[in-house]
Amino acid sequence: MYNTGKVIVGIIVFIIFFTIPFWLNLGKVKALPKPELPKDETKCVEDTDYMRAYHMQLLHEWRTRKIRKMQVYYMNHEGKLYIMSLQRTCMKCHTSKEKFCDRCHQVVVTHPDCWRCHIAPEEVKK
Amino acid sequence: MNLIFSIVVVLLLILVPLIGVGVLGLTSLFSIYIPYLAFSIFFFGLIYRIIDWARSPQPFKIPTTCGQQKSLPWIKHSRLESPASSWEVYLRMFFEVFLFRSLFRNLRADFDGKRLIYGSAKWLWLGAILFHVSFLIILLRHLRFFVYPVPEWIKILDFVDSFFQIGLPPIYLTDLLILAGLTFLFLRRLIDPKVNYLTHASDYFPLLLIIGIATTGVLMRLFFKPDIYAIKELAHGLATFNPTLPKGKISLLFYIHFFLVCTLAAYFPFSKLVHMVGVFFSPTRNMANDNRMRRHVNPWDYPVKYTTYCEWQEKFRDVMEEAGIPIDEDWCKEAQKQA
Ligand code: HEC
Ligand code: HEC
Ligand code: HEC
Ligand code: HEM
Repeated sequence: MYNTGKVIVGIIVFIIFFTIPFWLNLGKVKALPKPELPKDETKCVEDTDYMRAYHMQLLHEWRTRKIRKMQVYYMNHEGKLYIMSLQRTCMKCHTSKEKFCDRCHQVVVTHPDCWRCHIAPEEVKK
Repeated sequence: MNLIFSIVVVLLLILVPLIGVGVLGLTSLFSIYIPYLAFSIFFFGLIYRIIDWARSPQPFKIPTTCGQQKSLPWIKHSRLESPASSWEVYLRMFFEVFLFRSLFRNLRADFDGKRLIYGSAKWLWLGAILFHVSFLIILLRHLRFFVYPVPEWIKILDFVDSFFQIGLPPIYLTDLLILAGLTFLFLRRLIDPKVNYLTHASDYFPLLLIIGIATTGVLMRLFFKPDIYAIKELAHGLATFNPTLPKGKISLLFYIHFFLVCTLAAYFPFSKLVHMVGVFFSPTRNMANDNRMRRHVNPWDYPVKYTTYCEWQEKFRDVMEEAGIPIDEDWCKEAQKQA
């Protein structure tokens, strides 16, 4: 092999770069935190699979409909009515922002800025 | 023809997970075995490539030079265009790898009436840099699926990239930029007749594959949301070598995205995409133009049995003397002494 020293450095850099996920996890592996589900309710606004994937779009839709179109109620697929409100509907059942929303968002890394203005249930209690 | 072939292959590749997961339900095959296999191929394939190239001898000194080489002290030396020391070669490589300096010099030839003129053409450079930089940032951002706890710098990258908060979840700037870059690179091959003539299926295919990956990714981000928490469980398991199938339902679109990525990884070492490591082995870039200072010995050279003038003279001495050709006595003795 020619230029052995340089080539080996190159291979090492290549290996390290493409195994970053492994290095960043090394020594810190633990189970991902699970959001705490409401105990006295059984059903979310829509079915669970839909909520897990699409809740941000639902919230977006609620916000637009409430504020831009002055509508109040949302009808889910089973025909049940909900008042479209982040604080007064979602957070009535999901009584903790930190134990529910945040746990999940810290895992998948997303930073909704809703709580800069909206008041989390934790703060109401204080 | 090349184009149609590539489109058909990409469509078939999309069909594979659709049938494999959607119809046959082979989730663990597509979310654990194929990814591990593909990334092993990527890894060992590329290392094999590197070693293979590093073992190839370099018969000639052939750096591209487009500037004044180092010579007399009062002649201005163009350090990047005609590097003379390894340090200058490193600098040149740096600009090449990170800023695509040689593309920046791209020219366009045109006729002005009958006169051939050259104009600067920065479009290719722009398209290439948009694509590559966005690709890198997207890869780094994707670490959020594989790592927990997520380091701060990935969060910052994610935050900055979605800074304008258009839509919910907000669209990433690099998503728009990579699509713009890819569209340009693709159209260039279609529209410019000269480039089109030079384009093979092996050029269209990787381009379309990456377009497919980026498109499915953006579709997932904006329209057909997958269950990202479940995907994180899967990817985190893969990265910690403790693969588990998540309980949540993962959408087919994700499997398509993932399978195309695996195809790309497995195809990488065998395709033109190896230019990622190839650029470092490119002799026109990585050699110093120091021909006049240091002799480059061809590593292929083997000892050759040849006849020196003195040996030849010894052999034909009598014939030469007969013909009256002068004999070089002193010089040959001198040469023998030296040897
Ligand atoms: C009537 C009470 C109720 C309301 C109102 C409600 N949820 Fe839920 N939500 C639940 C229950 C109960 C579950 C667990 C369902 C299950 O286990 O299948 C759940 C599950 C979820 C999940 C999935 C969590 C997981 O890990 O599976 C998300 C995300 C979610 N809700 C978001 C919201 C959002 C956003 C709103 C407001 C738009 C909202 N919920 C309003 C009761 C509610
Ligand atoms: C099951 C895990 C989970 C739970 C629980 C959850 N989210 Fe999310 N949330 C996500 C995921 C995943 C995303 C999308 C991230 C992406 O697309 O990169 C998201 C995105 C969002 C967004 C879009 C903003 C952005 O920057 O992407 C909002 C708003 C949001 N969630 C609100 C909530 C609220 C409010 C709650 C609590 C009631 C909640 N979420 C609970 C997983 C969850
Ligand atoms: C700049 C401050 C601000 C931010 C940030 C913000 N909101 Fe709001 N939001 C408001 C205000 C003000 C209203 C109007 C309340 C009203 O008229 O009753 C509102 C209303 C809403 C409503 C309907 C009314 C209700 O009672 O909830 C929804 C749903 C909503 N916001 C969701 C969101 C979500 C989801 C986010 C995060 C992505 C968010 N908001 C971020 C200020 C904000
Ligand atoms: C060559 C490598 C890859 C490329 C170029 C790529 C490209 C993209 C792009 C452009 C997006 C749009 C959203 C964003 O930018 O984050 C995206 C989303 C996504 N990708 Fe990839 N991807 C790659 C590999 C992977 C891998 C290995 C996974 C497996 C975990 C993956 C999972 C996802 C998921 C889950 C989304 C949706 C993100 C969201 O909705 O926020 N991708 N991808």
